[in-house]
Amino acid sequence: MEKPLLHTEHISKSYDGRTIIEDINIHLNKGELVSLLGLSGSGKTTLFQVISGLVRPDSGAVFLSDENVTEKPGKISYMLQKDLLLPHKKVIDNAALPLVIRGMSKKEARHKADPYFSEFGLNGTQYQYPAQLSGGMRQRAALLRTYLGSEGVALLDEPFSALDMITKGQMHTWYLEVMNRIDLSTLFITHDIDEALTLSDRIYIMTGTPGRIDHELKIETPRNARKDYSLTEEFLEYKRQIMKTLKQ
Amino acid sequence: MKEKSANITDRLPAAVSLLLIILLWWALSASNAIPNYMLPSPAAVVRAFIDDFSNLMYHARTSVLEALYGLLIGIGLAFFIATLMDRFLLIERALNPILIISQTIPTIAIAPLLVLWMGFGMAPKITLVVITTFFPISVGLLEGYKSVDPDCINLLRSMGAGRVQLFHHVKLPAALPHFFSGLRISASYAVVGAVISEWLGGFEGLGVYMTRVKKAYAFDRMFAVIILIVIISLLLMALVDLIRKLVIRWR
Repeated sequence: MEKPLLHTEHISKSYDGRTIIEDINIHLNKGELVSLLGLSGSGKTTLFQVISGLVRPDSGAVFLSDENVTEKPGKISYMLQKDLLLPHKKVIDNAALPLVIRGMSKKEARHKADPYFSEFGLNGTQYQYPAQLSGGMRQRAALLRTYLGSEGVALLDEPFSALDMITKGQMHTWYLEVMNRIDLSTLFITHDIDEALTLSDRIYIMTGTPGRIDHELKIETPRNARKDYSLTEEFLEYKRQIMKTLKQ
Repeated sequence: MKEKSANITDRLPAAVSLLLIILLWWALSASNAIPNYMLPSPAAVVRAFIDDFSNLMYHARTSVLEALYGLLIGIGLAFFIATLMDRFLLIERALNPILIISQTIPTIAIAPLLVLWMGFGMAPKITLVVITTFFPISVGLLEGYKSVDPDCINLLRSMGAGRVQLFHHVKLPAALPHFFSGLRISASYAVVGAVISEWLGGFEGLGVYMTRVKKAYAFDRMFAVIILIVIISLLLMALVDLIRKLVIRWR
């Protein structure tokens, strides 16, 4: 079997004596988009904080390729529903911020970020301020920042849930396209079953308190062949399965 | 173009009310309801302002310098203390009540003490300006530091940012708008603070000059000094606004 790009081994974490997540083993292969699907309160966000290196797990470890990156921020970048673009920085400086934080000069970082603007549909916005951008564009700028800060892996925590339905659909199509082109692997948090089924190669379903991985689902139809996927029998069958698991 | 005309309609009410007050003042002094030496006419005040111009400027220079030095030291002190308070919870808890108490001390009451301790030079005046101006600035800064979204701090930490980088990229820029609102208030306090402390002893400055013309019952000159203080305060506030616009360009 191919060695996963990212994997976790037996991660558990509790706060104030309450166990939030328990014995989490997940992996992400190169080029994959894997979703973590769960109801609110199932510990998805805690798991993300552990994977991104912000929070130390009580036990277990996170590996990026073969490197143990537990509690080592700066290796895996994430993005939230809020774009968190800094209002005082121009869009290009926001996107290039992870590079500057790693010690690159502002000029060099801009130079490195600039070519991606057309790829991310942001051409011409380089020297604008975030306040001048639309919601979808801000999300794309945040994604570009995530990409530039990552070493091939992005963690996305419900990144599109604040967008309206149409924009969300457009972002999905666009994201899958761009992910292929720039060779990015994605771990995706969501509570939206349809979104998970539209985007993922595999889905981990998290349930219970403390949160555990209850189920792993592999989607048969490949990602790039899912036009009108939500109208197919296969989609509905997966959805029924997921609902059943979540309701237990 | 449109913005400009909107500006004029915005300011018109203020201009009218100011004009009405001056007219009322004029009518009162012209009617002799109040003796002229107590309430000089606006014309007399303008004349006193012109006749006394070189004197006024000489004393204004001292007061403005005191106000500016005091403001600068106040800003430096506020940055130092607010940053420490933001960084260390213990320091914040220890200093917060003292900061508030320092604001309840009447400046008029400590001004003579400062003169006794520091003499008749600029030092006690600058100190008083520092005491009155540093509070609004530090409160503004602290509020600004705290206004940063914790998720934003986490995001930068996940990129590997340390404390200094967090301060530079997030905290300080977030605090700047709050800093400037505090500074604007402080700028208006600064000149008044300098003048008040000059009342209580000194060789030059608008406050010293005020006590002098008061003793001579030269009410027209007294009014001229007051108007000059108002003008200087307004100019100082305008200067703050200008710097703010140059620094904060992202809005």
